[in-house]
Amino acid sequence: MTLSVTDLAITRGGVPVLEGLSFALEPGRALILRGPNGIGKTTLLRTLAGLQPPLAGRVDGAEDTIAYASHSDGLKPTLTVAENLQFWASVFGAKSIQTALDAFALNDLADRHAGNLSAGQKRRLGLSRLLVTGRPIWMLDEPTVSLDRNAVAMFADAVRGHLGQGGSALIATHIDLGLDGEVLDVGPYKAKPKPIDDFDGGFL
Amino acid sequence: MIALLLRDLKLAFRAGGGFGLGLAFFLIVTVLVPFSVGPQSSLLATIAPGVLWLGALLACLLSLDRLLALDWEDGSLDLLATAPLPLESVVTIKALAHWITTGLPLVLAAPVLGVLLNLPGPGYFWLVVSLALGTPALSVIGTFGAALTVGLKRGGLLLSLLVLPLYVPTLIFGAEVARRGATGMETATPLLMLAGITAATIALLPFASAAVLRVNLR
Amino acid sequence: MSIAAKANALWEYANPKKFLATTERMLPFFWVASAICLVVGLVWGFFFTPDDYKQGSTVKIIYLHVPSALMAINCWLMMLATSLVWLVRRHHVSALAARAAAPIGIVMTLIALVTGAIWGQPMWGTWWEWDPRLTSFLILFLFYLGYMALWEAIEDPDTAADLTSVLCLVGSVFALLSRYAVNFWNQGLHQGASVMRAAAVTGTDTEEKVSNIFFYPLLMCIVGFILLFIALVFYRTGTEIRARRIKALLARERVNA
Repeated sequence: MTLSVTDLAITRGGVPVLEGLSFALEPGRALILRGPNGIGKTTLLRTLAGLQPPLAGRVDGAEDTIAYASHSDGLKPTLTVAENLQFWASVFGAKSIQTALDAFALNDLADRHAGNLSAGQKRRLGLSRLLVTGRPIWMLDEPTVSLDRNAVAMFADAVRGHLGQGGSALIATHIDLGLDGEVLDVGPYKAKPKPIDDFDGGFL
Repeated sequence: MIALLLRDLKLAFRAGGGFGLGLAFFLIVTVLVPFSVGPQSSLLATIAPGVLWLGALLACLLSLDRLLALDWEDGSLDLLATAPLPLESVVTIKALAHWITTGLPLVLAAPVLGVLLNLPGPGYFWLVVSLALGTPALSVIGTFGAALTVGLKRGGLLLSLLVLPLYVPTLIFGAEVARRGATGMETATPLLMLAGITAATIALLPFASAAVLRVNLR
Repeated sequence: MSIAAKANALWEYANPKKFLATTERMLPFFWVASAICLVVGLVWGFFFTPDDYKQGSTVKIIYLHVPSALMAINCWLMMLATSLVWLVRRHHVSALAARAAAPIGIVMTLIALVTGAIWGQPMWGTWWEWDPRLTSFLILFLFYLGYMALWEAIEDPDTAADLTSVLCLVGSVFALLSRYAVNFWNQGLHQGASVMRAAAVTGTDTEEKVSNIFFYPLLMCIVGFILLFIALVFYRTGTEIRARRIKALLARERVNA
């Protein structure tokens, strides 16, 4: 499944942040998003995931193919690790959570309540959710926050495995994951202010 | 969908899930009524159906601001919105889970509290019937209010302000059924109206709730 | 010009600039016309009509009560229409007009409730009665309150416009339901809405008619209230547009900084 983005413009809080963005993400490839804080990487990922409408442009191949991982992991503190994961597995129609537990070394933690996990362990649980979605395109927003070096390697392996199976990944990150993927710097696509005399008279 | 329902029920019954709070609130309100209006049993019997209905309605209202806010805070709603489950089903399931954990216990507890307020004999049956028919509408309407205010800090008070006027028709017909039942009058008309309102809100309001939730997730 | 072209030309007014320019030219006319109608209608009504044989001079509050009650409902209908236009066509002016109308509507509702209470005291011997019509207005008041509170609570203007529009839609259905529920709940003391009934105007309905002597000044007042409402909505929408533009300019400055 190829994700192709054509001449995309996106807004945050009604203000355009990025415009004229075009790229294609082929199966088996990873694309690393770079750019300074506040440039609109999170907004871009949310737009591609279908959580907000684009201001202009087209996104093709995103329908029901994206597994999105935001800053927050959507974990329930009173459910155990296995229960949290099992829930997302049933929502996405996956059969087993064992591969996901193995990939992020969560077997020993499976019966612990998610509320008792450390920040890094929570993050690992949040990322393991990607493996039970069965979706081909992963969209990750700063996935390595609060992960130790070991866990980062685990995560990179999981992404590599996913790419090897014909999946693809779009990752907003500032660290080097050791993945061989293109880098897209969104900085040059920063939206320029529009002339104030458009139809809606400078509302946007 | 079943998975979401089971998860919500589990969350409600586990520690800190807030199950039983609505019930306790209902009990306290009912106990406070005789303190405020006096202990005359004839007066209590007259106002019992209305007081029980109002108490149930307020107890329903109490837990609404947790209905979607928790899933909003921890990011689950974002993830659910990108899952293969339409948001319309998500809000319907959420409303159902709210009804099972809040509405249903209220229906079952109402007759017991009816004893405290000296509810006349024939009233018990009609009280339970009217609450069983009416509380699902309260949950569905409440879910709409929760979806409207989900992104707001301190949305709880606003939620009540928005939802209470929407509760008026359900309250009027529901309490009317209970009141007429208690005095042995014919109940068919308000009962049908109540059932109609509940059926219509369950059928239509989830679309509005999902629409405003989408706006709030932007 | 064909009808379609005319309809298209109408949408041109959804441009804030064109809207402002046009309404600013029309506003003086509306202010003056509404002032004339109201002064003539009220003076005529208060001083040049006889007292009612049954209600005495208290009947004269009708010149405030009926027009404000009419406008309270029509204002909500206008908000419903503009909310729909916003949801379908995404014209910002439409959403802002709905926002601008709400405080006017709530004041009209309050005037109707207060004048109703003042009228009710000598007539029914009580300031407040849980009569269906009064109760419905009280519920309408609550709807206005919730609608305005939601507008105030949300920071992003487009989100606020979307959410309040859906609330207005859903609220309208529930307001209508409440009206029937309240009717069922208590048949009231209030006389029917006799003003607009043909029988009442032509005088064949002797039971509840508002006789002709009262009717013409009343009509004058109603027209005055309608003109006043239009003027206020135009004026307030203009203010909302400017406030919105200031916000947009500030946001643009932040982005450029």
